[in-house]
Amino acid sequence: MENTVIKVENVKMKFNLSKERTDNLKEYVIKFLKRELHYEPFWALKGVSFEVNKGDKFGIIGLNGAGKSTLLKNIAGVMKPTEGKIWVKGSMVPLLEMGAGFDPDYTGRENIFLKGALLGYTRRFLEEKFDEIVEFSELEEFIDVPLKNYSSGMKARLAFSIATMVEPEILIVDEVLSVGDTKFQRKSREKMQSLLNEDATVLFVSHSTQQVKTICERAIWLHQGELIAEGSAEEVCDLYEKWVKEN
Amino acid sequence: MAVNVTGHRFLHNFRKYKFLLYQLVSRDIKTKYRKSVLGVFWSFLEPLLTMIVLTIIFSTLFKGFGVQNYPVYLLTGRLIYTFFSGGTTAAMQSIRGSAGILKTVYVPKYIYSLSAILSNFVTFLLSLVVLFLVMAATNAPFTMYIIFTSLPIIALLFFTIGVGLIVATINVFFRDLQHLYGVLMVLFMYLTPIFYPPSIVPASFRFIQDYNPIFAVIECCRSVFLYGEVYDPHLLIFALVSAAVAMIVGLLLFYKFQDKFILHV
Repeated sequence: MENTVIKVENVKMKFNLSKERTDNLKEYVIKFLKRELHYEPFWALKGVSFEVNKGDKFGIIGLNGAGKSTLLKNIAGVMKPTEGKIWVKGSMVPLLEMGAGFDPDYTGRENIFLKGALLGYTRRFLEEKFDEIVEFSELEEFIDVPLKNYSSGMKARLAFSIATMVEPEILIVDEVLSVGDTKFQRKSREKMQSLLNEDATVLFVSHSTQQVKTICERAIWLHQGELIAEGSAEEVCDLYEKWVKEN
Repeated sequence: MAVNVTGHRFLHNFRKYKFLLYQLVSRDIKTKYRKSVLGVFWSFLEPLLTMIVLTIIFSTLFKGFGVQNYPVYLLTGRLIYTFFSGGTTAAMQSIRGSAGILKTVYVPKYIYSLSAILSNFVTFLLSLVVLFLVMAATNAPFTMYIIFTSLPIIALLFFTIGVGLIVATINVFFRDLQHLYGVLMVLFMYLTPIFYPPSIVPASFRFIQDYNPIFAVIECCRSVFLYGEVYDPHLLIFALVSAAVAMIVGLLLFYKFQDKFILHV
């Protein structure tokens, strides 16, 4: 048990789907009075349990809307499950939508500290790693330019460099990331590879069984919020591929 | 140590995210004055110029209502009101404004509201320098009691945080508030004796002043800044109790609904 770094216990997640969002008071009162305030409950996760051990490369596969991203967000602590519990041991870095959290009026330098703080890094750590981040992003010339003047490729490079500069114990990855131009893509792929090769625990979400097979040893298959299969990545991917072909 | 990510982690968080709080506060202040020639100097200039305009208007139109040292009287009230109104408005928009980051990384959500208020508080503290300059220029009394104004100001800060958490929560679910709030703040400004003396309000309406925590804070500060006297302790107690109540209500409301924020922003 002491090897378990992530434990997901019977997690259920309910969303209220209403056809129109009731987000102003007038609508709310009218609907309340008309008794039209009923929501359609939608269970994105219907009781998922599994454990991830230290150093596991753990894949999560499934179709769009199977609940993969919801599960990741629950593990990352961004969302709270309606029912069930999740334990996480160790530092965790989510590599999801990395561009969020930048301030356009801030320079690249200031954004490194802002974004780093959002990811929970300390000032000392950021000061130590600052040169490395700048060097990796190849933005030395532009580091004191406000971010709004960056191209989207430059922003992506900066985001990638900040997010991957840690050696997290748990890495949450939504699809393999490759950003920037061809040259930077190769570099970012290599960086990802080295992160994956270290003894970090990796949670990897994808609908490409090919990627899951190469990166992961263990995997689960989610379908409509339910856990269909759990086991070695090979087996689970084969099952999933077979099922996809049949349907 | 295994962390139950589905449970509370208040203390663990506060230590971990102190640096983030600092970053967000300094970001607010820096970007506010970026690209302006005078930069942070505007924190001093803006209240000073407003005070001059209002003093000219009110001392010619209404002869300053017969208030002794009208500039200091006005500035004390106005700075406190501006902090309360600016802080709560910024807090109200804080959760909505950080929707993008809220959806990707776990950060305790109160950090956004708290940083919005604290950056306004820093501006408020800077603008107190202007008040002291105006006090010096108008020969207002400088006494030891000035130290005691820190107590009502602490009450003001916590009251603002409490109200800020309440309006931040409500605004996530009902966007109407953000349109209504500006009007409410104007109403509140006229209900509070900021540029008029409390005595011009008919006695039957004085209760509005009696139950106004912001006015209690203003009164405490005016006693010291204007007359060099220590304030009525009852006013301070009222301000402190209001702050505690606002904090409790704000925290309860915020914690009850914060898990649903992500589904509504």
